[in-house]
This record gives sequence, C-alpha cells and structure tokens, in this order.
Amino acid sequence: MSTELPLITVDALTVEYWTRRGKLRAVDNVSFSLGKAETLGVVGESGSGKSTLGLSLIGLVPFPGRVTKGQVVLEGTEVLKMQKNDLRNLRGTKVCYVFQDPMTSLNPVKKIGAHFVELIQTHQPKVTKEEALERAKKLLSDVGIQPERINDYPHQLSGGMRQRIMIALAIALSPRVVIADEPTTALDVIVQAKILDLLNTFRDAYGMALILITHDLSIVMERSNRIIVMYAGQIVEYAPSKEIYSNPQHPYSKGLLKSIPNIELAEQKLEAIPGSPPDLLSLPIGCHFNPRCSYAFERCRKEVPPLFKTGSEHFVRCFLYDKERKA
Amino acid sequence: MTLRTYIIARVLLTIPMIFILLTTVFIVMRVLPGDPVQLHFEKMASPAAVAAMKAQLGLDKPLWVQYFNYLAGLFRGDLGKSMQDYSPVASQIFSAFPATLELAICSMTIAILVGLFLGVESSKAYNKPKDHVIRVFGIVTYTIPVFFLGMILQLIFGVGLHWLPVGGRFDPTIEPPSGLTIGSFHFSTGLYTIDSLLGGNVYKFVVSLKYLLLPSLTLGLVLCGVFIRLTRTNMFETLRSDFVTAAKARGLKETTVTYGYALRNAFLPVLTMMGLQFALLLGGAVLTETTFSWPGLGRYLIDRINFRDYTAIQGVVVVFGIFVSIVSLAVDLLYAYLDPRIRL
Amino acid sequence: MLSSIFPGIRSLAKRGLAGWLVIFGAVLTGAIVVMTLVSPWISPHNPSTLNVGHPLLPPSSQFPFGTDDVGRDMLSRVISGGGTMLQVAVLSVFVCMLVGVPLGLFSSYTGGLVDRFTSLIMDSVYAFPGLVLAIAITLVLGRGVINMSLSIAVVYIPSYFRVIRSQVFSIKELPYVEAANAAGAKKRTVLSRYVLPNVLPSIVVVATVNFADAILTAAGLTFIGMGVLVNVPDWGWDLTNGRRLLPSGSWWVIAFPGLMIILLALGFTLMGEGLSELLNPKLEEGGK
Repeated sequence: MSTELPLITVDALTVEYWTRRGKLRAVDNVSFSLGKAETLGVVGESGSGKSTLGLSLIGLVPFPGRVTKGQVVLEGTEVLKMQKNDLRNLRGTKVCYVFQDPMTSLNPVKKIGAHFVELIQTHQPKVTKEEALERAKKLLSDVGIQPERINDYPHQLSGGMRQRIMIALAIALSPRVVIADEPTTALDVIVQAKILDLLNTFRDAYGMALILITHDLSIVMERSNRIIVMYAGQIVEYAPSKEIYSNPQHPYSKGLLKSIPNIELAEQKLEAIPGSPPDLLSLPIGCHFNPRCSYAFERCRKEVPPLFKTGSEHFVRCFLYDKERKA
Repeated sequence: MTLRTYIIARVLLTIPMIFILLTTVFIVMRVLPGDPVQLHFEKMASPAAVAAMKAQLGLDKPLWVQYFNYLAGLFRGDLGKSMQDYSPVASQIFSAFPATLELAICSMTIAILVGLFLGVESSKAYNKPKDHVIRVFGIVTYTIPVFFLGMILQLIFGVGLHWLPVGGRFDPTIEPPSGLTIGSFHFSTGLYTIDSLLGGNVYKFVVSLKYLLLPSLTLGLVLCGVFIRLTRTNMFETLRSDFVTAAKARGLKETTVTYGYALRNAFLPVLTMMGLQFALLLGGAVLTETTFSWPGLGRYLIDRINFRDYTAIQGVVVVFGIFVSIVSLAVDLLYAYLDPRIRL
Repeated sequence: MLSSIFPGIRSLAKRGLAGWLVIFGAVLTGAIVVMTLVSPWISPHNPSTLNVGHPLLPPSSQFPFGTDDVGRDMLSRVISGGGTMLQVAVLSVFVCMLVGVPLGLFSSYTGGLVDRFTSLIMDSVYAFPGLVLAIAITLVLGRGVINMSLSIAVVYIPSYFRVIRSQVFSIKELPYVEAANAAGAKKRTVLSRYVLPNVLPSIVVVATVNFADAILTAAGLTFIGMGVLVNVPDWGWDLTNGRRLLPSGSWWVIAFPGLMIILLALGFTLMGEGLSELLNPKLEEGGK
C-alpha cells in the first residue's frame, strides 16, 4: 500500500435514479481511496452500478439520477460541491474519462485533429491551433497511431484505433485520475490486451490513478492493485487483487472467479452463477445477493449485511464473516 | 450508395413528379365540370364573346393539341394569357414573385431561429415547467389560423399602438428601392430589403423592414411549432448520447456542447423538415398576403380567383408545384451532402 | 353508454399526462359540439337578426361579446357559428378514411409496381401546398359544404396512406401474417382480420390531427372567400367580415369567433397528442 496521501477518496457515495416507476439506488454507500500510479478495478455485472459510479465521480450522472449522499475528494477538493464551471474545468484536465464505445463517443462530423484542438483550446485558451495540432500528432504516435490520421473522420478508423484516440484525448492534459469504463468491451481480444497495456504505461509514466470499470474479472485481476466487486449497487468485496484471486470471500466473488476459463487446466468445468441480477426497483429483502447464493441462511434473508473487515485491507459484505455470529 | 448515384436518382425522380403535376393541373382545369371560359363569364355571356375568348386563348383547339401547346409553352416559359386582358401570365407571376420570396425567406428564418432556440431551451429543462410552457406555446401557435394571428397582431401593433403599418409592402408615398445602379448597369433582386441596401439607402431599408415585420412574424410563429418539437426531441436524444457525455467529460463548455455538438447533429433533420414545411409555407403565404395586402403570388392567386381568371390560376398553381418540387429536391441533395456518413 | 365512459376516463387518468391530454381534449371538443347542437335553445338572441343592438358595440353586460357592424349579437353568433365547420370537418375526415385507409392497405400490402405508382402519386399530392390544392378543387367543384369537404379530403388522403403504409410494411413480414397466407387466406381476409386491427391505433391518431387541420383549412378557405354561401352564422365568415372592420379597432368581432376556432382545433390536437403518446410511448428515462 502506498504511504502517500491518496489521490482520490470516495466516501459513502450514493446515487439514486428518480424514475416514473420509483426511486432506485444505482450506487449504495460506496467508499474507496486510490493513490498515485495505482489501479482500482471495479467489477460487476451490468446493472451493478459500476458505470453510474464512474460517471458520478465527475458529476455526470445522467438524468434522472442524482447523487444523494457522500463525497468525492480529489487532491483535497470536494468534487461534488464545486461550482459548475470549476467542475467543468476539472474534467478533461485533472480527471479524464474513457468511454466504453469508441464508435459513439467521438463526434462523427469532426475530424480527429479537431477533437484535440477543441479540447486543448477549451482548457488552455492561449494555445494556437497549430501548436494544438502538433501536440495532437505527438499524442497519436504515443498511442501508436500514425500522426497523419489527424485529418481523418472517426468513421474512417477501426474500433481499436478509435479507442486509442479516446485514450490519447484522456491523457492529453496530464490528468491525475483516469476512469476507464469498459475500455475494451467493444474490441477483440488481441487489441484488448494492447489497450490495457497502453493504459498501464501511461499510468506509470504520469503517476496517474487509474480506475478500470469492467464486467470481466480477468482483465483487472493482473492489472490492478485493488479490486472492488459490485453487486446491485453495493460493494460486496473490496480487497487487493491478489487476495481476491487467492482468497475470494464473498460468494459472488467466488462465483465470478469460477466462471473465468483457465487456459492451464486440462479439463475445467465452467460454472455460471445461477439466476440474474435483481431489479433495483424491487430488491429482495435482506442481502441483495441472497436469492442466488448457495451459502445463504436465515439471517441473510432478513437483514442487509454491512461491510465486515476480514483482513488488513480486505472487506466483505457477508454475514458468513460476522465474527460475532453464532455458528 | 455514393453521392453521385444518389443525386442522379433523386433528380430523375423529380421529373416524373413534375410531369404528373402538370398533367393533373391540365386535366383538372379542362376535363372536370365547367368550361373555364364559360365559368369565367358565369354563363352570362353571349356565345360570340365566349368563342372570341376561346380563340384568343387557344382553348378552342382539340384537347390533345392544347396539351401539347401547354407543355411546349411551359418549356418556353409561357404560362398562357390572362382572361382579364390577355397579357402574359408569366410576366405577371414574375413580377409578383419577389414579394413572396422575401416573405418566405424572412418567415422561414424566424420560424427556424425561434424553433431552434425554444427547442433547445425546452430539451434542457426537460419535463420542468419551462419545458411544458414552451411545448404548449408550440402547439397553440400551430393551431392558430395564420390569418387570425395576423389580424390580432395588426390590431395590437397597427391599430392599437400605431407602431407598425397594417398592410402593404412599402410606404406608398416614397419610391420603392430600386437596387444598384452604376451608370447604365442595373441590378435588383426584387427584394426590397436587399435592394435598399444595394442602393445604399438605409432609410428605405428600415421602412421595408417595418412593413415586412408583421407578416413574416405571423407566418414564422405559425411555422415554428414544428421546429420546436423536432429540435426538442432530437436534442433530448442527442444530449443523452454517448458522444455528448464524452464531450462533457472532456470538460468542454456548455455552449460548445449544446450548440456545437448536439445541435449540429440535430440540425440535419431540421433541414429536411424545412423542406417539408415549404409547402405549408406557401399555403400560409397565401393567407398572410391576403391579410396584410402583401403584393405577392398568394395575393395574386386570390385576386385572380375573385376575377375568375382561370388561365392565370392554372399558371400560378403550376408555378407553385414546380417551386415545391425543386425546393424538396434541393433539400434532399443538401442533406446528402452535409452528412459525411452518406458521402463515402 | 354513459356508464362505460366513466371507467374509461378513470383508466385514461391513470396514464399520466398523456391521458389527461386526451380527456381534456375530448371534453373541450365535446363541449363545443354540444354547444353547437343546442345553440338554438341557448343563444340569447337570434344570431342572424340585424340590429338587435347598436352596431359595433364593444363587449358589455348586455352584449358580452359585443355586436358586429349590422348590429348582430356576437355571443349568439359565436354559440351558433360552429355548425358548418363541424359538418365539413366530420365529412372530410370520413371521406378521407373511407378512401385513404383501403387504398393504403391495398397498395402497401400488394407491393410491387402498383405500390410504387400509387406512392408516387400520393407523395406528389402530399408535397403540394394543401391550401392551394383545396382552393383549386373548390374552384372546380364549386362551393358548398359537400364540395369543401371533398376538396379538404383530397388534401389529407396521402397522410393516411403514408402512415398506413409504414405500419403495413412492418407488419407484413411478421410470422403470423405469413402463417395466415400459408394457410391460404384470401388477401382481403388477411388485410381486414390481421393487418387492420394493428393499424387502427395509428389511424385514430391521424384522424384527430386530420380533424384539426380540416377545421383550420375550412377556416382558411372561408377567409379567402371560398366559403359556404348560405346565410348561417359561421366563425370563418365572421373573421372575413371582421377584417373589413379592422381599422375601426372593433376587435371583438374577430377575437371571439377566432378563439372558438382555435379551441375547437386545439381540442382535437390535444387529443391527438395524448393518444399518440399513449400508443407510442416515448422512451424517457435512461438509468443504467
């Protein structure tokens, strides 16, 4: 664990969506912290709240959602209490977001170079267009794309290249934190690895904190320092990635681990977790996971478990680990 | 398909459409109950007078010959002769045309500007009171008969407040703008606003605007409802699209995101809608010109109707039809050109 | 029938804003229709009697809507003036549906050249300025309620055609339609039993918009002098008349009849808005 002060701290963050059919909690009481050159993996199925969590860190929760509790502190400043304009200045400079779908995240009627010029000139108005384009070319080659491509339109590039451009845009202004939301889901396996390596290279070079949001546990297993496993908006397990691998404690984490194919095993039975994620508008009583859990007992169906500390940095939201429970 | 193929196909499609239009007008004017000449005289004239007019207008020839002459004439720009004084309909239409053009451009501009602006505001304040007020405004303006709105505005600003003239196109006591004249070279567009500027006369420019304001405001307001709704829907979807969220995540300014990103992409449907609205614009122009005594094609049409000048009416209808076809063709082509996704 | 209306209203009200729009629109329209029907009994004066009061009196307690230039009571004229317009609207929508719906069904279901050709004609008519077309047809046919209705109907037939066509195209390929065909059902049967019921909701929505447009077009035609030539009170006629009186500032001759036209058209438009929202609810909330 880094002994420096954390770069970003999230405390009891709660995000609710106020829909026609009711109020639902997409993010429920999430807390974590991240330091320089560290990667946090956020893993969960779709509907677990991981994307909402990512967006809430930069104050971009989509309508009709809103942050109802908690705070996000970046280098000492409370992000969610900032003035609109200051928050806007934060985005793109200190905190950058890489989106899941590179096809729809770039403006189809703008050239690649224009994206960079616009970004740079918004935050650094004194930079001229030519200077911005020079920097753009350098950034493109940093991510492994030919600099001439700044004159192309997004639809003229492949998915992998578009994603690299998103990353280039994200690191253009030397951010402190980069949030990558399913950065490789839309890409094929080989390109996936390259993109993830790219993110790590920049992380080390710039000393950024990297938050990797994904549904694929295998991606974050080796590349992150710590992992948060999310389910139905709550953190169900929070631990260093090595411990998630060697000693997964929450039944859900165990299930996730079992469903990762291991190339070294000759014969392997892949087990899927039975059932499907709950409807956030009608959550089960008690622990959100209990209907699908093979370890569930009476208490699980009545109370919502809090996070129990099971190691120096290991937290689990499961009654199995309540030290005071009667056997 | 490539742009070139599209252009060719679209232009080719326009030709049969115009052809069908011309033929239909011809048929309607002659084959259906009532001989146009007798209707003109309201069946009260002597057979000799009827025969004389028919001869003058070439309406005594067999139908096939008339049809051929009609089409041939159209190619030459000959739209027949007026029943009133046998003067060429084409030149009458030609002189009335600029007034309608000026009104149309001004009204459409107002409609789009108001529609876009209110549509954007509406989508940003989604489902809040402001949104509802704007939506109601859009519905109500569409439901108001354009001539009624015109008369109300005339009452308030003309008769009541005396700020603006109640009718007409220009101050009858002054010479209308004549455009640019350098020596023997003369150029005018027929649009008083532009011509007065060309002639360097600011006073006349202001006067022409005063007369133009109420009619174009009336027509513009009635048309803007559609644009408000369209922009609102498009903006709402676009504002929630990934690339707008990505733009916000890059910290771009609100105005850049709203107008530069979202609106730019929502603009294309507005363009198509503009073409579709053109027909409504012409219909509305007829009523507006009548209300404000604006000397354009619309008022010409009504005039000719009152005079039962059927050849002239036929000419106007044909011109309207061709006008609409060309505009819709132009809009389709422009749309194809502007969207780079279609191009390659 | 009344007993089935109330549960209907309750279920509409449950559907939120859209439901209320339908209810409000229906009530507004219904009120005006009823008012017109009972007008002979509820107008304070005979709307056509001259000089009931002094000419051009502004609104007062005696004449709440004032009088026109020949001394007729405007309130009575407003109460009785909707008859022609409603007749024209109902008739034109009726004719429109009678022609447009079968045409749309048949053409789009048959497909091929027939469809292409019909669509071309419909598109041409649709693109043409509605009012001008209605004017042209009225010119040829002459004036009168029936003729005006016919000319308006012709203008709006393409609207039904297009809506039905797009619906039919999406339904045509569905398995249960194919199954019916495979079982040897006649085209007529397939169309009426399978396709039509699915297209019905859209037709209703188009009809409401059609009504509103028909009213506005009828008003427009009357304004330019192509109205019905009978001496009944008519809002459109009052507007034309009022135009002459404009310079004198007698706003009440124009304002009240005009307002009624707006309310009637608005009633139908709101119903149409509400129905269209109910039948095709727009996706509103995201929420990942």
